Formats: sequence, C-alpha cells, structure tokens
Amino acid sequence: MQPITITRPGEAAIEVTGLVKTYRSRRRTVRALDGLDLSAAPGTVLGLLGPNGAGKSTAVRILATLSRPDSGHARVAGHDLLREPAAVRRAIGYVAQKPVSEPMDTGRENLLLAGRLQGLGAGEARARAAGLLRRFALEDAADRLVRTYSGGMARRLDVAVGLVHRPQVLFLDEPTTGLDPDSRTEMWSEIATMAGDEGMTVVLTTHYLDEADALADQLVIVDAGRVVTQGTPDELKDRLRGDGVTVTLVDEASAARAVEVAERVPQVGQVDRDGRLLRARAASGASALPVLLAALDVAGLEVREARLSRPSLDDVYRQHTGRTFSAGTQAEVAA
Amino acid sequence: MSGVATHTVLLTARAARGTLRIPIFAVMNLVQPLIWLLLFGQLFRRVVEIPGFAGAGGGSASYLEFMAPGVVMMTAMFGAAWAGTGFVQDMERGVMDRLLASPASRTAMMVASMLWYAVVAVAQGLVVLGVAWASGARFSGGLPAALAVLAAVLLLTCLIAAISNMFALLARSQEALIGLSQLIVLPLLFMSSAVMDTSLAAPWVATAARFNPFDWAVVAARGALSGAPDWGEILGRLGLLAAAVLVAATLATRAFRAYQRAA
Repeated sequence: MQPITITRPGEAAIEVTGLVKTYRSRRRTVRALDGLDLSAAPGTVLGLLGPNGAGKSTAVRILATLSRPDSGHARVAGHDLLREPAAVRRAIGYVAQKPVSEPMDTGRENLLLAGRLQGLGAGEARARAAGLLRRFALEDAADRLVRTYSGGMARRLDVAVGLVHRPQVLFLDEPTTGLDPDSRTEMWSEIATMAGDEGMTVVLTTHYLDEADALADQLVIVDAGRVVTQGTPDELKDRLRGDGVTVTLVDEASAARAVEVAERVPQVGQVDRDGRLLRARAASGASALPVLLAALDVAGLEVREARLSRPSLDDVYRQHTGRTFSAGTQAEVAA
Repeated sequence: MSGVATHTVLLTARAARGTLRIPIFAVMNLVQPLIWLLLFGQLFRRVVEIPGFAGAGGGSASYLEFMAPGVVMMTAMFGAAWAGTGFVQDMERGVMDRLLASPASRTAMMVASMLWYAVVAVAQGLVVLGVAWASGARFSGGLPAALAVLAAVLLLTCLIAAISNMFALLARSQEALIGLSQLIVLPLLFMSSAVMDTSLAAPWVATAARFNPFDWAVVAARGALSGAPDWGEILGRLGLLAAAVLVAATLATRAFRAYQRAA
C-alpha cells in the first residue's frame, strides 16, 4: 500500500502555530510549551533540539494526538489536529521516548497487531511484518518474546512498529537515547533512508547535537517551551561566524586572570570562564590564537592546552540558551 | 461497525496471549474462591437449618448448593476487578500511548478487556461448580439454567472489568486502582446474598442487596440452578445487569479522554 498523499503541493507536512500547554499540580504551574511555532516540509527531517524539560516531548505528544494543547493550532499531514484527530492518527507513526512494544508478545506479534490495527489485511500485515523484521535485522529474534530483546533490538522494533503502515509523518522521540554507538549509527542510517528514499516527513527530538547535525534538514532549538532559533544546521553554524577558542589553564584562579587578559586582546570576543577553561570566539581562530597565547605568556600564565573549534551546534546552543552541551566537534591545536 | 469488531477480536487475542503466557494469575485467582467454597462451606454447613433460611425455596438445599453460585460470582468479580491493572501496565509500558496515537478503536480496547476477563471467568466458574459438584452439591435446571448462569457471569465480569478499567484510566497507578477496587468489591460481596441469606441479616443489608449488581448476578444464577426457577425474576436481574454494563462501558470508554487530558 502506497501512502496516500493528502498534503497539497507546497503545503507543509507539519504546521504549528502558537502551541501552549500548561501542567498544573497542587504546588505549581509548569508552562511546558509557551507559544511554540514549527513547520516541516514533506520528505524532510525536522530536528527538535533542546535539554530535558525543554518541551520537546510535550510538543510531539500533542502532535501525535495524545495530549491536547491549551491553545494554538496545528495541521499534521494536511489534517487539523484538534478537529480531525482520527485522520491524523491514520497518517502518523509515533515512537515514544520510552519503549512501546509489548514485552510479553513476540516481535512479530507486535508488528502484526500494529499492522492490523492500522487497517492492513491479514496477509498484507504478515508480509509487511516480515519485511520490517528483515530491514531492522530482527529476523532471528522475530518469534522470541520482546522482553528477551537487548535495548538496541527493542528500540529497532519500536521504530519498525511505528513504520508498519508507511506513515506520512513519523515522530521519533529521542530514538537513540540509551543505545550503544553501533546501534545509534544503524538507527541514523535508517532514519536518513526514511526521509530520503521513502519521502516520509520525520520529526526527531534529540538532545544529541551530533545526531541533530547528522540527520536534520531543519533544526529547531527549543528552550523553556519556545523556539529560540531555527534553520538548517549549516545556517545556524554560519550565523555564529568565526571559531571557538578554548584555553585550559592550571587552575580556576589563573583562568579568572586569563579572562581579564583575554578581554584586552582585540582579536577575540565573547570571553567567559568555565572552571579552568577559558572560552572565547574569534573571527579567525588561526590568527587570534597566537596573539592570545602571547598575551597570556606575558601575563605569566601557564597554558596547559589550547583548542580551536569550528562553530558547532554546541556553540549555537550555548549562544541562544546560555547553557552548554557537552558534545561538540573540536579541532585540536597543540599549545 | 466492522472496524470496531476487527479491533476487538485482535485486542482480545492479545489479552488471551498475555493470560496464556502467564497462566499462574488465572490459577491463583481460583484459590481464594475454592477456599471459601470448601472451608467456609464446612464452617457454616448448618446455617441452612436456621428457620427462615433461603426463603421460600429453602429447606431442602444444602449450604454448599446455596453458596456455590455465590462463589462463582465472587470468582468472576474478584478476577474482573484486576482488569484495570492490565491498562495501568500498558500505560507503564508505553503500549497505551502507542495504541491511542494509532487508529485503534477505544471502544474495542475497552470491550476486548471486558470480553477476555469474561471468558476467563466462565472457565473459572466451571471449575468452581465442578468442585462443588464433586463435594456433593447437586444442581437442576438443565440447559436454560446453564445459559442463565453463563449470562450472569459474563455480564457481571463485563460490569466489574469496565469499572476497574475506568478507575485505571482515572487513577493511572496500580496502588490507587487496587485501593479503589477493594473499596468497591468487598462491600458488594458482603451486601449480597452470596454466602448468607439476606433475609436473616440486618434489614438494611437486604435493601442494599436489591440495588447491588453483584447480588443481581448471584440471585439470577441461584434461581436458575434451584429446582423452581422464577424466570421473571431471573431475566429481570439479568436485564438490570445488562443495562449497568452498557452504562459502565460507555463511561469507561469516555475515561480515555480524561486520561489524555491529564497526560
């Protein structure tokens, strides 16, 4: 069965305006979404990047019809989310952050049930299940109970279950969290295939920068329920301009003094300290670094290590949220 | 609608796989009623000799014969009260959200759970009646009586399972669900004629029993198995039970919305 494309040409697969969602408990009110706007073109991967609690999962749960927004509008695969939830459910696949397969059923039984509930006939569902088991390298484990699966296998099955009806839009909520590096890489190539060859629109939430960088066509950085910035990963990095400079000093006190020194070096800007690290940005790292190191040397500060990094999503994230991610691609320069 | 029917069959089959893979729960659920039947039956063997016991039809029936239909219904009710734990387990395992984000029919999700617990309760009821028979109880009434008992077990199970599932969707935790179930199940049991003729209890108990769906099932089954069934009374009680099932299942299916609002 080929997906029936209901989106009109030029219409976005996902169009979200002003989503607000508030959770009330006895003590306090949490505004999980605070006027979220999103848009994704058909056949692309939209990455939602942000720390835990940023509102990524809440947004995905709302778009998957599992939760209702307090206000705002959304269209998913050409259907109004609030007025036509049944049509939205037929068009989407949803893979939650936590495991979603029935552990007391086999992998094949999980796929068959999901396929039949999605309206496939018995034979069709069997063929589709066999195909997905092969594609996700689960053939040998197909008839074993899911509770015997490893974390990576269970996660692959979850994604396969979400794909069983060839949805137009697939929501993947942190699909690789907790996976070992090999399983992550495999999952990445699967996700790339879905959007590329199969024309599916994929909405991916992640708190891995490298994942967002590798997979997302469009990237939205979410913080405190709001979009802080968006664009392609390259656009976001380009907007930063220049390179990151990181200098490791002997201790925090000398790092603090190094910050004072660096602030007087005209070639570097945005100087701040993180423990014994000094961080700064420079239009051209290669020419700024020797000047900075010379200034530190004159001030009598011993440098343990110095690095130059091309702008990474880490920097983008740090610039927009004032917080840092641990990962990032860094080019090392000997001190 | 054929969609709902197909989904009901698929989801009932899933519930069946779950029970058959861990049959210990269904077996354990039988232990308590059998203890009641065999020990309680011995303990209170002579209550039937109290003047006035079991009203008009009484006198000839043994206490075992009196309580066997009550214990069948007790087994059905205790088993069905656990139905909601399956829902909570699905919530904890992420299966509930997956189903709710798919076109799976909510009616089918509710009905499948009710149906499967009813099937289990029928099997358990047969065991209870078999043990009672082996212990010397004798029932009459033939096929019509068997059908009436079957209907009473099915309807009672569906009613209690629907209520349990509704609690599960509203409470969303096993502890709260089990607490709520106990709060309902035990009073229903003791405000009924399951193990004691209510005409010998405090008058308010007899009054309460008349509004107690559990007692409707007990009275219908006992009446059908007695030598002199009052079919008007039996069908009346079954009709009341059916109406209660309809109301409970409708409300329970609506509770999916409350669950999603809270999510």
